[in-house]
Amino acid sequence: MNLDKVFRALANPTRRRLLDSLRAHNGESLSALCANLDMSRQAVTQHLRCLEEANLVTTLKRGREKLHYLNPVPLQEIYDRWIEKYERQQLQALSDLKKIAEGD
Amino acid sequence: MDKPQFVYVVYVATTMEKLWNALLDAQMTAKYWQHENVSDWKPGSRWEHREANKERKLKLLGKVVESSPPKRLVLTWADPADEGRPEKHSRVTFELEPMRGVIRLTVTHDLLEPGSRMLEGISEGWPKVLSSLKSLLETGQPLPRLW
Repeated sequence: MNLDKVFRALANPTRRRLLDSLRAHNGESLSALCANLDMSRQAVTQHLRCLEEANLVTTLKRGREKLHYLNPVPLQEIYDRWIEKYERQQLQALSDLKKIAEGD
Repeated sequence: MDKPQFVYVVYVATTMEKLWNALLDAQMTAKYWQHENVSDWKPGSRWEHREANKERKLKLLGKVVESSPPKRLVLTWADPADEGRPEKHSRVTFELEPMRGVIRLTVTHDLLEPGSRMLEGISEGWPKVLSSLKSLLETGQPLPRLW
């Protein structure tokens, strides 16, 4: 896995928003993704290509449509690389505490 | 027909045969998944997913729908409590494809019941399993306990 591509893809608010959209509604077409963004179809296509090259988005052809899926596997690889097994529970607890404290 | 709910892709630096074997071999799945996948893997046969410990508790089961080694494996996927209720069975497709010196593994999970516990568990489970599988095949070390 090319980690540079993953971090580069994530270092952009529009691309993170696209990942958020897919997390909420997985398997969306380009048109559906464009509907939520004030941006040209061409620009969204370029962002999606960048996410696809980083393997954060994977696509499936369905008739004439191309559906986009969130692929969190590279993020799992990053997590697994830097977070030790004994830290996982404590970090989860801290993350839960932060969510509660911030009223998420 | 509804679209698949999840499509995961992982690239693994290995061979088609090793990756195929890693999906089907109970000892291999025990290493990276902490569960044994057990079957004779013939189309129509039953397959089981059991905890890799003394109790060997049955956690999932299903049927082998299609097996085309080492390229494509299609399984049905169900909670043992739903064994007699095919309408509750989801489907998992594994597709292996060589690509620029590595293997692209695509896992497609569909026919999941909206709002079901299975659907929630899946979205957390597959990325961990696939990352652990990659680690085992590339480094010889699986990831620490997943669950």
